[in-house]
Amino acid sequence: MSIESKKLDSYTKQLMEEIPEFEEEELPKQKGAFDISSTVEAVKIRGWKQVAGILGVAILIIGGWEMMIRIFQVPEFVFPAPSAIAVALVKSFKNILPHFLITLAELTSGYVIGATVGLVLAAVLTQIPYLEKIITPYILLLITTPTLALVPLLMLKLGFNIWPRIIAVSLASGPMVMINSVTGFRRTDLAKIALAKSYGATTFQIFKKIRFPLALPMIIVGLLVGGIFGLITAVGADMVGGKMGLGNRLAYYSSLARMANFFAVIILVSSIGISIWLIFSFIGKKWASWQE
Amino acid sequence: MSDNNNVIVVKKVSKVYQSARGPVHALDKFSMEVKEGDFVAIVGPSGCGKTTLLWGLTGLHPFTSGEAYILGKPVGEPRREVGIIFQQANLLPWRTVLENVLFPLEIMKENIKEYEDRVRELLASVELTGFENHYPRELSGGMQQRASIVRALSYDPKILLMDEPFGALDAYTRDEMDTLLLGIWKKTKKTIAFVTHRIEEAVYLANRVYVMTPRPGTNSAIFDIDLPRPRPEGITMEKRFFEIVAEIKRTIVKDVEKQKEAGIYQSQAYSTIA
Repeated sequence: MSIESKKLDSYTKQLMEEIPEFEEEELPKQKGAFDISSTVEAVKIRGWKQVAGILGVAILIIGGWEMMIRIFQVPEFVFPAPSAIAVALVKSFKNILPHFLITLAELTSGYVIGATVGLVLAAVLTQIPYLEKIITPYILLLITTPTLALVPLLMLKLGFNIWPRIIAVSLASGPMVMINSVTGFRRTDLAKIALAKSYGATTFQIFKKIRFPLALPMIIVGLLVGGIFGLITAVGADMVGGKMGLGNRLAYYSSLARMANFFAVIILVSSIGISIWLIFSFIGKKWASWQE
Repeated sequence: MSDNNNVIVVKKVSKVYQSARGPVHALDKFSMEVKEGDFVAIVGPSGCGKTTLLWGLTGLHPFTSGEAYILGKPVGEPRREVGIIFQQANLLPWRTVLENVLFPLEIMKENIKEYEDRVRELLASVELTGFENHYPRELSGGMQQRASIVRALSYDPKILLMDEPFGALDAYTRDEMDTLLLGIWKKTKKTIAFVTHRIEEAVYLANRVYVMTPRPGTNSAIFDIDLPRPRPEGITMEKRFFEIVAEIKRTIVKDVEKQKEAGIYQSQAYSTIA
């Protein structure tokens, strides 16, 4: 009786023709747009000296800004003082809040749709190289074309409601999540797959226990970048049309030259951005810190 | 079909890889038999198909031709009775030592709770107690490879296939690991097939040494090592040890010369294929 290959799954086929080689122990270097460690490490704060330094710079900038405005008596409609912005933020918060919530709703629902589709597509496509080759150019097209440009068209078709914006957000964030995740899922470490195979792992087990953890650092980077792109698109789409959203408020306050309120809205927008960054750098530290 | 005594029977197995630059004959009609509880080493120059042989026996890839049986059954899918230890420790960097060691049991859907005591005992036997919750990057190469040995023993396979497991370690650590391995072998009574390119290591460890020719790897000679057991480390400094090593080296040099004369020798010093 000779050794015949019976029904072979894709991994066995891959292992069959791959000459076992362990020369390179290192994981392939990340080729994605961003690297989680660089985005997180950049702001890793150590010790009270750094904290004091960062706070000091903030006080210097805000204090200097306030002083200049007062010394040169710059009127508020030209450029507001930090104190005026703080007052505007507190006073008009109740008026801005519905707009804040609308933008947040656009962002989260568009993002959840886009990220889910992007992630699933990445996981499936990397399993089928032929399909991946065909679809990738279109994903690149989506990334390189600002989806904001589509918003007027979407509004024409769907009306000035929240839907065109949700679609724009998901079109902006989805491809970002996808290309980064694809980079992650492409990191196949043959030795580790062989290891799992030697214990009789199924294709699904190899995906869950080897390929997904291996891809996770890049997936988190994709989720972070996708979130920021989603925010940009959500605020931009608000500006295009309709009566609600933080972007709409920016356009509204600047048209009335109410600059203190304008800056108050900017603070709210950037607080969403900072939250996105904080969430994913926390997740990254927790789940991707094995990768030095 | 096969001797009941022989847990590994390999009959004229060959393996040809279809690489981009044409077929690569890695293994050519290699035969081998390993008795239960025996310690066999396979030596030969780099690239002579030793790894290919072990991967085939594990069921990671099929042989192109020939027959191979493990415990009387032809090799095919990976089996629980066979454990493989790779050249690199090959630990999963996102798992702690304990999680790494339990990985095979997790894949086999075993109740991990039942194995935890056993695994902790194994970790203690390779002096890794206290490192259960460390990540691989926090361990030295020797510690990583010790963890990988525990991982292979965790599910208690009858046969251990070892693919130059200590090749990546420095000379001193390697010697220590060899001694540690002999201890494990004595205690667990596993059948071990050990691949290495270091003749000294093969002679120190094994009862029997199979010498492979340079690629395509085939049987060159078999040496039964008559050194006494247990083998103290000092045995590697004795005359008989050197004689055996020299004899094996002579065989390998002769094989290389023969291939050079025939014009088929592919020096690993100039080749890019491992």
